[in-house]
Amino acid sequence: MPSSAVPPGALRSGPVAAVTLWWGGRSGLQAAILALVLLGGFLLGSNTLANMERFGITPGFAFLGRPAGFEIGEALLDYRPQDSYALALLVGLLNTVKVALAGCLIATVLGVLLGVARLSGNALLSGLVQGYVELVRSTPLLLQLFFWSATFQALPSPRQALNPLPGVFLCNRGIQLPAFADGRAGGWLLAAIALALALALAGTVLRRRLGRRDALSGLSVAAAACGLPAALLLASGAPLQVEVPELAGFNFSGGTTVSPEFSALLVGLVVNAAAMIAEIVRSGIQAVPAGQWEAARALGLPRHRIMRLVVLPQAMRVIVPLLTSSYLNLTKNSSLAVAIGFPDLVSVINTSANQTGQVLETMAIMMGAYLTVNLAVSAAMNLYNRRLAARGAR
Amino acid sequence: MTDGVLQSAPPLTSPRPRWQRLWAGLFGTPLNAAVTLCCLALLGWVVPPLLRWTLLDAVWVGPADRCSDAAGACWAFIGEKLRYILFGFYDQDRQWRPAAAGAILLALAGLSGMPLFWRRATLGLWLFGLAAALLLLTGGPAGPAVPTERWSGLPVSLLLAVVGLVGAFPLAVLLALARRSSMGGVRTLAVLFIEVTRGVPLIAVLYVATLLLPLMLPAGAAIDKLLRAQIAIVLFVSAYLAEILRAGLQSIPAGQYEAAQALGLGYWQSMRLVILPQALRTVIPSIVTLAIGLFQDTTLIIVIGLFDLLNTARTAAKDPAWLGFYDEAFSFAALIYLTVCVIASRYSLWLERRLRRC
Amino acid sequence: MRTPSQAPSRPSSRSGLSPRVLIAGALSLAIGLALTGAAKAGPTLDAIKARGSIKVGVGTQPGFFSPDSNGRWQGFFVDFGRALSIAVFNNPDKVQFVASSPQQRLPSLQSGEFDILLSGVTQTFTRATKLGFHFGPVVFYDGQGLLVPKKLGVTKGKDLNGATVCVQTGTTGELNITDFFRQNKITFKPVVIEETAENQKAFASGRCDVLTQDSSDLAITRTQLPKPDDYVLLPERISKEPLAPAIRYGDDQWLEIVNWAVYATIQAEELGITQANIDSFLTSADPTIRRFLGVDPSLGEAAKLDPKFAYTIVKTVGNYGEIFDRNVGPATKVGLDRGFNKLWTQGGLLYAPPFR
Repeated sequence: MPSSAVPPGALRSGPVAAVTLWWGGRSGLQAAILALVLLGGFLLGSNTLANMERFGITPGFAFLGRPAGFEIGEALLDYRPQDSYALALLVGLLNTVKVALAGCLIATVLGVLLGVARLSGNALLSGLVQGYVELVRSTPLLLQLFFWSATFQALPSPRQALNPLPGVFLCNRGIQLPAFADGRAGGWLLAAIALALALALAGTVLRRRLGRRDALSGLSVAAAACGLPAALLLASGAPLQVEVPELAGFNFSGGTTVSPEFSALLVGLVVNAAAMIAEIVRSGIQAVPAGQWEAARALGLPRHRIMRLVVLPQAMRVIVPLLTSSYLNLTKNSSLAVAIGFPDLVSVINTSANQTGQVLETMAIMMGAYLTVNLAVSAAMNLYNRRLAARGAR
Repeated sequence: MTDGVLQSAPPLTSPRPRWQRLWAGLFGTPLNAAVTLCCLALLGWVVPPLLRWTLLDAVWVGPADRCSDAAGACWAFIGEKLRYILFGFYDQDRQWRPAAAGAILLALAGLSGMPLFWRRATLGLWLFGLAAALLLLTGGPAGPAVPTERWSGLPVSLLLAVVGLVGAFPLAVLLALARRSSMGGVRTLAVLFIEVTRGVPLIAVLYVATLLLPLMLPAGAAIDKLLRAQIAIVLFVSAYLAEILRAGLQSIPAGQYEAAQALGLGYWQSMRLVILPQALRTVIPSIVTLAIGLFQDTTLIIVIGLFDLLNTARTAAKDPAWLGFYDEAFSFAALIYLTVCVIASRYSLWLERRLRRC
Repeated sequence: MRTPSQAPSRPSSRSGLSPRVLIAGALSLAIGLALTGAAKAGPTLDAIKARGSIKVGVGTQPGFFSPDSNGRWQGFFVDFGRALSIAVFNNPDKVQFVASSPQQRLPSLQSGEFDILLSGVTQTFTRATKLGFHFGPVVFYDGQGLLVPKKLGVTKGKDLNGATVCVQTGTTGELNITDFFRQNKITFKPVVIEETAENQKAFASGRCDVLTQDSSDLAITRTQLPKPDDYVLLPERISKEPLAPAIRYGDDQWLEIVNWAVYATIQAEELGITQANIDSFLTSADPTIRRFLGVDPSLGEAAKLDPKFAYTIVKTVGNYGEIFDRNVGPATKVGLDRGFNKLWTQGGLLYAPPFR
């Protein structure tokens, strides 16, 4: 710890200087504040430990290894009640990540569409979008979730299931979708799609770097991006039969099911976030000076191409930072799952805390998990934002 | 509003009468016509059943039995339960007190939005108003004491939101200043607090306050549940408010800081007299948005068993005499939230435009 | 912008209160005011007497505890709360009901948020030993049941292989149902919902094949369904659910008050004493009745209670049977049968130790 005797700026480089610069001046005041905070933390901590002892709870994370004993309705991992609390919590965390990822993706697409529609010259369309945005933004999310939860429960029973698309059924047991008969095929397909996307991205970047923009190189990139994953998929030997859900007895068999709780939570979060994103997109587009529109129109570009080629890229610089906070909000809002029965992290944490009495530890895990997820989202978006800013500066 | 939308679209080459522009937007191109027809179809699908349920088939007065036969909404339920939904468990013969407290809180919030009241004297008004509202709810000079367990309904929603915002202010100012301070230790503390709080959901903070806070107190000491929720909300909001204030502080040109220094003002004096008043003014629209969000987020106290407006509405449908009218209860609660929030957000838009002009 | 020119024009306005001081003052006042309602330290009964009221943790469940249109708590457990208030304060209204969710009721009791939990909590070994709660007498013998639609054609629990089950989180039900299916080597898919009402709505809409709850709750749900006759309560009780008042360790006298306030309602029913006829018993020569009603004050004095506490309880809230019938009995919308909750003399489990 550098003493205040070292005059700031005396050393111009090295770790000591960095620390001195960071610490700044007024050591006495700072030390006092820090000591006060530490003391407070220590007092609260020792009280907590004493109280836990009074209630006969052993502090520590040993309980994580014990069998959880409760069933979790939806799990991405193979989880059974005999498994440990640690696994149960992981299942909860993955459920939170699942709904957050899906929510962010869908909300972005929907939000951008709505944001553009809000600025449409069609008064009816923009009026409808405005009404939607205002309705969503002016009612509590919890109330909206109650509404969606009731809506999904009000769907007909499996026998009278709605069948909007061939192979897709909507009923009060959830949304039934066609899926591969063999579970492994789905994994391979995902891997193939990821590979294709990576190849396409790498090819595009390479093409740009090399300055080659002719149709031939574009075709070769596309061919490579499609061919390799397809080969991988075939080589994997995974059976690729698609199974369509069928009504068997009282429920559907075959295909895959999206539970009503997950659907209600996802729809609620998406509808909510899309309204926010629509507003962000609108303000971003409106931030682009009118001169840009006029210049593009003078070049003879049609309206939708002006939007895509001129306005949206510039609007992105306003939009992305705001979008980040929207994503973070959606992730945090997914904790409202506890009210409508989706087993997210908070829900599993709650059950665990109630059964073990390890309130301190479970709360710490919960905070830690959310912080990690949030930091990850922030970091990814910051990276994207930096690239965007760099491109704008170029 | 429609007018504003049209103006915000790219300027049109030739000024045409309004209805003509409207018509061109609706049916000018085949695409627009298709979009218009789709919108109309959507409206036709949603609006008539909604109208039937809310108005045509609804039961407006009468006992619960009459509702069970009706196809529409049972507004008689709201009529019967209105008092409970608004004031919950508060003693019936003293319910003028929460009503008055709620009115004071609403008035305070409304007045503070008016530029006329953006002055130091308003702080005194706030102090007086908050004290009056709390005294009315608690008892004291207003009459016999009513314990916080019986505070419920709309006044609790308002109280949590208003006290949450006002209580967060001093802390948020300190945090924002600390985060911009040159003192590394203090800065790091502020960053840690702000980022951790903003990184976790309000539900997590509420659970910590409800389950962990009692454990953190010395054995035997207890702390009121409503107060715990209020503390959680104050801490939570202060992190967000601090970031808003920091943005305001950043928008103040360096010349202002230097000028204050040149006048011989110390750090606190220059902050209080020069920097903060300007910074606050630039971020008022953001604060209004935060307040609207906060008012809605108070519904989350349901998860810790407190009774805000949404929870009283929900439990109203649990009375064996009027069992299961959840749709009506939630619609009514939604209407209240909608009214308050739409007024506030319209106002914030107006404010934003006004501030931009000057 | 007016402020920049305005603010420095009165740079030395140090007189008067600075905004910081004002806000800090407001905040401390707010906290101070709210703190006046906070609980005090010490053993439970002292705290209750110092506060002048009992804090009773309750849930929200029609018939057992729900607010009426006037915001007054009503219900089966609520009446026992009022009986306690009579035992301690000789007044049925010196009691505050504090609603708590199933997940938080035990931690909240532990942390002293209420003096007694009357929210239909099941008495279990772990709760009594590891978590540190004493349980009063069982006020409601329940058992977890399984409600299914008749059209499923299921007659016993073992036929439920692969069923979807709606269960409430934070209850023993969540663990019982897991155990039940494991014992029978069949599988199920849980839908876990925190709220009782949401849970029942989910089942009513057909989200699950099975709703599992304490059978008393299931009976309520069944009556609320659009066509109650389309549903059947399976014969199995997959668990024993003795619902008893719970209090923290460390206050034996409080525990005894809880015990005997509950026993008083059972004893009254056994003696045939009701709200309506109780005054006619005051002149009874039967020493058991004289002791019970406090005509002979020796019992109350020994317990540091009002000698007539049993009389006032029965006079005010009724005997056990009256409490049951008024709130959840066959004549109410809840429509429960007494079942196990009959007196021991009638083949039930209710039994009060002698008042002597």
